[in-house]
Amino acid sequence: MFQFQELKKSLLVSLWFAFLTFPLLVIKVDPIERTVLWRWDNMLYVVLGSFAISILVRVFNVQKERRRDRRASNHTIDREPLMQVVLREPRYLYPLAGAALLFALLFPSLFSIYQTNIMITALMYVVLGLGLNIVVGLAGLLDLGYVAFYAVGAYSYALLNFHFDVGFWIALPIGALLAALFGILLGFPVLRLRGDYLAIVTLGFGEIIRLILENWNAFSQGPSGISNISRPGLFGIDLSLEGSILYMYYLMIAVVIFTIFVVNRLQDSRIGRAWIALREDEIACQAMGIDKTRTKLTAFALGATWAGMVGVIFAAKTTFINPASFTFLESAIILCIVVLGGMGSIFGVIVGALILILLPEHLRALSEYRMLAFGGVLVVMMIFRPQGIVANIRRSYHFEKKPGGEGQ
Amino acid sequence: MEYFIELLFSGLTKGSIYALIALGYTMVYGIIGLINFAHGEIYMIGAFTSFVVATVLSIYGFPLLSIVVLAGIAAAVWSASYGYTIEKIAYRPLRHAPRLSALISAIGMSIFLQNYVLLAQSSDFQPFPELIPEFEFMEPFAHIVGSAEIAILLTTAVAMVALTILIKFSRIGKAMRATSQDRTMAMLVGINVNRVISMTFIIGSALAAIGGMLIASHIGSIHFFIGFIAGIKAFTAAVLGGIGSIPGAVLGGFVLGLTESFATGYVSSDYEDVFAFSLLVLILIFKPSGLLGRVETEKV
Amino acid sequence: MSEPVLKVDNLSMDFGGIRAMSELDLEVCKGEIVALIGPNGAGKTTFFNCVTGIYNPTGGDVHLHPPSGEPVRLNGLKPNKVTEQGMARTFQNIRLFQNMTVLENVMIGRHCRTRSYIAGAVFKTKATRREEQETVDKSYHILEQVGLADAVNDFAQNLSYGAQRRLEIARALATDPFLLLLDEPAAGMNPQETSELDELIKRIRDGGLSILLIEHDMKLVMSLSDRIFVMDYGKKIAQGTPEEISANPVVIKAYLGEDIDA
Repeated sequence: MFQFQELKKSLLVSLWFAFLTFPLLVIKVDPIERTVLWRWDNMLYVVLGSFAISILVRVFNVQKERRRDRRASNHTIDREPLMQVVLREPRYLYPLAGAALLFALLFPSLFSIYQTNIMITALMYVVLGLGLNIVVGLAGLLDLGYVAFYAVGAYSYALLNFHFDVGFWIALPIGALLAALFGILLGFPVLRLRGDYLAIVTLGFGEIIRLILENWNAFSQGPSGISNISRPGLFGIDLSLEGSILYMYYLMIAVVIFTIFVVNRLQDSRIGRAWIALREDEIACQAMGIDKTRTKLTAFALGATWAGMVGVIFAAKTTFINPASFTFLESAIILCIVVLGGMGSIFGVIVGALILILLPEHLRALSEYRMLAFGGVLVVMMIFRPQGIVANIRRSYHFEKKPGGEGQ
Repeated sequence: MEYFIELLFSGLTKGSIYALIALGYTMVYGIIGLINFAHGEIYMIGAFTSFVVATVLSIYGFPLLSIVVLAGIAAAVWSASYGYTIEKIAYRPLRHAPRLSALISAIGMSIFLQNYVLLAQSSDFQPFPELIPEFEFMEPFAHIVGSAEIAILLTTAVAMVALTILIKFSRIGKAMRATSQDRTMAMLVGINVNRVISMTFIIGSALAAIGGMLIASHIGSIHFFIGFIAGIKAFTAAVLGGIGSIPGAVLGGFVLGLTESFATGYVSSDYEDVFAFSLLVLILIFKPSGLLGRVETEKV
Repeated sequence: MSEPVLKVDNLSMDFGGIRAMSELDLEVCKGEIVALIGPNGAGKTTFFNCVTGIYNPTGGDVHLHPPSGEPVRLNGLKPNKVTEQGMARTFQNIRLFQNMTVLENVMIGRHCRTRSYIAGAVFKTKATRREEQETVDKSYHILEQVGLADAVNDFAQNLSYGAQRRLEIARALATDPFLLLLDEPAAGMNPQETSELDELIKRIRDGGLSILLIEHDMKLVMSLSDRIFVMDYGKKIAQGTPEEISANPVVIKAYLGEDIDA
């Protein structure tokens, strides 16, 4: 099915990549010992790898073309993907959700405490992803400084705990509220900016907050960070390390369920529809009577609230925080979760977070390539599947055929 | 006074490098309306390529002048190739997609390239060979301004003049200006827009690579993460001058370089990066069209 | 003449020294269908944008007279506030929310007439549920009016061109306007669709709304309008009944050029 021409093109692509990667991937110098290492094997991998990828992309494009032709000639609507059907029909969805919940509840008794600990991290990213999903996925505001609100939450618990011995449960709402307040304060000036400028300004704010935490020693103890943060208490009982991990795990499960519940209710509500409309077309949205600034600010602040909340949990889990945990890359990872999973889709974000956080943890060989893969995922998803693994579905309404029919 | 002149020169040096990188941002933005987030990485790759080539050549005992020239050419050629490839892979398929999709792709590319260099080369700081000798005639002023700074200023001046001539008088330069005015019209009068866009990436990347080599040899070390900060600062410069405007990028670069230099010299050096970021945020909020840019209005 | 619902005096708009519209006077009365016509680039859409708050006019006044209550000055109000006052619009180049369903598009129009917010949505309070139900019912009812009741759950982007134009009207109607501004509603429609549109617009008027429309389809304009305003080069060059306008030499000149004998 392939023409010789196509193979030749792929061959040229692989030669081009051999050239491109030559100085950095083949040559390795040691400027101190003054030796040169020629890694020709890398060139071989590049040639083979880029040839294979080039062929795959060609096959993909040919198939896409064919699908389009078929659709144009037959006027048949594509069969709805299985995943969509499952997600929409309660008779499939509820048993599956129940099974997932059961599995989640039994997880600590099925797997080791080490696995449970990793799972806590993954669940934290699920919540962060769902929070950012409100801002990016629903309202269409690309926030590259999301990690700043995470930092606000973490530092508010750390500092309150350090100075005033404030407990976790009191700090949790305070951290969330402070993050929301920050979101509103930052949001006011920036939300009237156009999409790509907004992205850069939020990135700038994120970095400013991190740099301030790093340099303002009197306030944040600088790069050395704050240690000995209390773990969450359980009615004054002293928990063992293992006990507190279990406690943390179930706490996270509760937070995840709470988040899913809230986001799910929001996205089919009046305000949720306004967010999506804003993402689709700002001018039309305003012309339909939606207050742009207020609606954006709500999304921004609400997203920040969740980051703040997870920030408090993060500080309590690790008992130590420093500014290095709140770099731009952290924001990029959370963005990657949302993009991979599917912007606007709750289930998608959960899947995205579990894949991106658990996979590198479990395949140790992969962990080195973790960030490389994250970057690649962003590019590949945008080009081949911008809607993400699980596309967002909109609620459908059913009416009986009569004037002013009943909605349900 | 001497301290002032010292700061002035260090500001001008920094500024000229920012300007060199900012040109790439502004040219790409002018033509396809994309913030090429990976541009800082192109600069870093240029610096790394010149580091590898210069070190290899010096190990094999080449004379200094040939090392400088070859390392410079290699940096420009490879960065240009990376720029060209990135545009083709990550941006061209998204040319008709929403603006944010292309931006997310650019961010992904930036993270990818950073980690590619981290894995292919090293995660540590690498000592960069000294490429610019101390000129004898500069001896009396050495405590105020180094030879390297003079060399950087001269090289960037030459590069900018060359770019101006290219854009003002060459065929491709005219095509670029036409495309940035109106892409559809340019296409209708027979300009190969894809080629123009590729050329824009190639030229912008080569300029960034030269900036990368100059600054790395001036500072004397190199690291895979230098592209991120430099990229954001150069973007700040581009926005400051008015993104899309070529003289604006140069002006913005110098204003940013001088501001930073004097602010760190007279106020505090702890917050060097905070100055740049704050400047970026303030301009975007209060005057997004910059000093020399034109105001964009959305058509309804 | 009956009482005005929209009164525009001396309205001007400059874009960086270029005058896109100068000293325009216009009035729409209750229950009237008024057309705004003129060659391409005459400044008609600029006029709409100035009146609806998308641009802030550089001179003149726009007043809206709600059926009950005091007249409101619209200059400098944000588009959403203008819509809240009871004037809604459609767009020349269709601006639907493409990735939302047809019903959701119309429900967005109800936004400014409903109140529930975050707490209501999360706790699904009684008031919120009632409001949602009303929104859904009312939106469905409007879709029935414009003939899109079979497509409620389709994505807006999958509709035909004519259906998208009707959906724009439905969405505007959902904001409970007393004055509707239509920007080239028949553009790109076939004759069949246009005649359906003609009926739809008349039905909307009969429902008590006033309508101001920009349109190039002269047959539609002549059949619908009570009065016509003609613009050229940013100025009003004529106004009158369809009969007066079609006999006006100035108008014919503007459309056909100087050297044609009027």
